[in-house]
Amino acid sequence: MTTMADTAHSEPAIYVYEAPLRIWHWINALAILTLAFTGYFIGSPFPTMPGEASGGYSGEANYLMGYIRFVHFAAAWIFIIGFLGRLYWAIVGNHHARQLFMPPFFSASFWEGVFHEAKWYLFMVKEPRKYTGHNPMAVLFMFGILVWGTVFMIFTGLALYGEGAGMDSWIYTYFSGWIIPLFGQSQDVHTFHHLGMWFILMFVMMHIYVAIREDIMSRQSLISTMVSGWRMFKDDRDVDDGH
Amino acid sequence: MTETFYDVMRRQGITRRSFLKFCSLTAAAMGLSPAHAGEIANAMETKPRIPVLWLHGLECTCCSESFIRSAHPLAKDVILSMISLDYDDTIMAAAGHEAEAIIEEIVKEHKGKYILACEGNPGLEQEKTGGMSCIIAGKPYTEQLRHVAKDAMAIISWGSCASWGCVQAASPNPTGATPIHKVPDIGNAPIIKVPGCPPIAEVMTAVITYILTFERLPSLDRQGRPKMFYSQRIHDKCYRRPHFDAGQFVEKWDDEAARKGYCLYKMGCKGPTTYNACSTIRWNGGLSFPIQAGHPCIGCSEDGFWDKGSFYDRLSGIHQFGIESNADEVGIAAATVVGGAVAAHAAVSALKRTQQKGDQE
Repeated sequence: MTTMADTAHSEPAIYVYEAPLRIWHWINALAILTLAFTGYFIGSPFPTMPGEASGGYSGEANYLMGYIRFVHFAAAWIFIIGFLGRLYWAIVGNHHARQLFMPPFFSASFWEGVFHEAKWYLFMVKEPRKYTGHNPMAVLFMFGILVWGTVFMIFTGLALYGEGAGMDSWIYTYFSGWIIPLFGQSQDVHTFHHLGMWFILMFVMMHIYVAIREDIMSRQSLISTMVSGWRMFKDDRDVDDGH
Repeated sequence: MTETFYDVMRRQGITRRSFLKFCSLTAAAMGLSPAHAGEIANAMETKPRIPVLWLHGLECTCCSESFIRSAHPLAKDVILSMISLDYDDTIMAAAGHEAEAIIEEIVKEHKGKYILACEGNPGLEQEKTGGMSCIIAGKPYTEQLRHVAKDAMAIISWGSCASWGCVQAASPNPTGATPIHKVPDIGNAPIIKVPGCPPIAEVMTAVITYILTFERLPSLDRQGRPKMFYSQRIHDKCYRRPHFDAGQFVEKWDDEAARKGYCLYKMGCKGPTTYNACSTIRWNGGLSFPIQAGHPCIGCSEDGFWDKGSFYDRLSGIHQFGIESNADEVGIAAATVVGGAVAAHAAVSALKRTQQKGDQE
């Protein structure tokens, strides 16, 4: 849906997102969906299964909750290791890989950009700005919700996982041991871990909507960029984030 | 010289055979190797008993009630008789000035060598308002507590009251009920928490026996609870756990699943968030425990369990929103708002875009 098909595309495409970053994005998306789905059903399980309870390996017996929890924990490790890998890539990758983790909070032009983007979303300006990286509003939301939400879910999640792993495990020592008393007790950690899921799911809803909307209405490509890594532009005027 | 444990036991007519049985049983209960039974026996034969002062603050006496029902009669007889020799205002024979004199005597003569067992907690609000409540021998309990705690070898916080605050500290906590470890000027004696409302009798006797025998505290977790009884959740050792793993749940009271003894998770069982030994040691001489009786665990040994919303809800109540709510309700409401906003915004965006296109043409 190119809007200005008659405009010349003289602006060259820019390679923005390197392969590890793109792979992380999609693995992380899948992990989040898996975690939210299995996590919700750990909290509010499916209706009761009939049949034998024990002997999960026999094939006839039920082990539904066991499997759901296994998938949740497996996805959680992928989520955690993925996030660590992403942090590493923020250090060794190109400067776009760092944008997510370091919003320039002390830059006036950053906040001016946020307000301009807000105006664009309130239909108060006719045209958005043109960015090679994320727009300032996106950086703010990704940093505030996704990055910190991820950290929160990893810490509370490991605290809960440590409870099952036992007091002698390193996970209990480094996570459960101080996080559980910090929140009050185990039940509170469960409750906040649950709230964290909804927090991240809200980000996912907004993220998908905004990505599709920007892909159609903004001046640069969005979705294809996260697949191919190349940012395409719909006009040949200067970009606003000065790269 | 003060009597040893063994002397007391023999005086009570306990045979040596029974005594050795008790030692092995205690060793097993504390998770020690069989070799330690001899060590316990030796300690009990040679060591003079350590005085225990058992003080009562704001409480319901359920800890004492539990304690005197310790399943192993020997443990009960031995430990109870030893304690009653010193001070426990609920069950001791002495009364009035005579009773209070015991405290002074122990504090003075066994300075730094006695154990303070606290049942209940002090209401600190009276210190601020000058009110009078929980008065023991004409003085507020808080004073008695501080006086005795100062020179104690160790403090045992019996039950959820002394450990966390329990019902009298539940919101809005009008008396300022405060768990022992948070009382100002309580001194430097190490505090061991034995939470539960009440704690399991055998856990109580085992904790005392351990301290008396080895003259040190058992290894504690980060929150000060003895690891041997509080390192695992009810859920970890629940006999209904296979039904949890299989996804077999009681959906409502007295349904078919309840009759079959399926997992009580959906009925709000707090087993997965409660650290206690109920599912291993059980109650009333190993007879049963709440889940075995068909009722979910209410998490009575956890901090602030009165203030976490319904006993039949697995998520804490969130009161900040003005109405009783839980994480899922808040999450679904917020997701609906965001979803609605997204839909509305998409509609307006589409409209604007069509308008702009029209303008361009």
